[in-house]
Amino acid sequence: MKIYKYLLTASLLFSAFLAKTQKMAIESEDYSNQSIEMADAMRANGKIYVLVAIVLLIFIGFIFYAIKTEQKVKKLEKELEDKN
Amino acid sequence: MRKSWWKIIAVILVAYTIIAGFLLEAPRLVILNETIRAMHFHVPMWFGMVIMLTASAIFSIRYLRTGNLKFDIYAVELVNISILFGVLGLATGMVWANFTWGEFWSGDPKQNASAIGMLIYLAYILLRNSIADRQQKAKISSVYNIFAYAALIPLLFILPRLTDSLHPGNGGNPGFNAYELDGRLRMVFYPAVIGWSLLGLWMAELRIRLNFIKSKLNEDL
Repeated sequence: MKIYKYLLTASLLFSAFLAKTQKMAIESEDYSNQSIEMADAMRANGKIYVLVAIVLLIFIGFIFYAIKTEQKVKKLEKELEDKN
Repeated sequence: MRKSWWKIIAVILVAYTIIAGFLLEAPRLVILNETIRAMHFHVPMWFGMVIMLTASAIFSIRYLRTGNLKFDIYAVELVNISILFGVLGLATGMVWANFTWGEFWSGDPKQNASAIGMLIYLAYILLRNSIADRQQKAKISSVYNIFAYAALIPLLFILPRLTDSLHPGNGGNPGFNAYELDGRLRMVFYPAVIGWSLLGLWMAELRIRLNFIKSKLNEDL
């Protein structure tokens, strides 16, 4: 499938377009600015890793299912080919 | 394995997005706070959608030039997955907006425009399903698809910029736009865009192959 070529071209064009749209910069002070409340406690006691692990597991589960579905599609394609 | 390398890349990139998107340091910005991380999940939905709709419009043109139904199937399945991406983009955008702009739907020009864009593409599906003849269905809907694309791009990228929008980078609205300047966000954001787009393309490919099987059974192809 030549679909990849289109995707590549489109994404390159799009990122070039995007590069022109910037407005207001994020400075490095924005990273050390302690007056803004962030979920620091969650990071400090490590519970954020639990969250990431859970989201990641669910994602992997869905990917596994997608791969299984693809194998079924492949089997159908073969069956159809053998018939003709 | 030869043909599945890009799927592996998709999975790796999205997994990286989930890990790095949540764990890497993010800029501490007013109003946004921790929600800036939604940028790695909400924005790629729209990027993926636009990329896939671009491909779809190209396939519609190719169908009209060649009359090969294969291209029409590419076009319609790319629109299908794009609609899913768009709906997810709208839904995640609404949740994000509720906590940063104060309400789920504030009639923001970009919000309105993307909703209109979604309706235009839903009409494409409706149009297709209302025509029985296979070639006619493909021909009419291909023409419509090209017009829909021509309407979508100004709706999403030009009209919201002509007026004040809450979306960053539009109208007189300040706000963040890290794409150009902030390397740390970009380090997650670009892989996220590529990863989610490839993932969408994978789902489209599955549907395309199913559609091929169906078309062969109906002896359309």
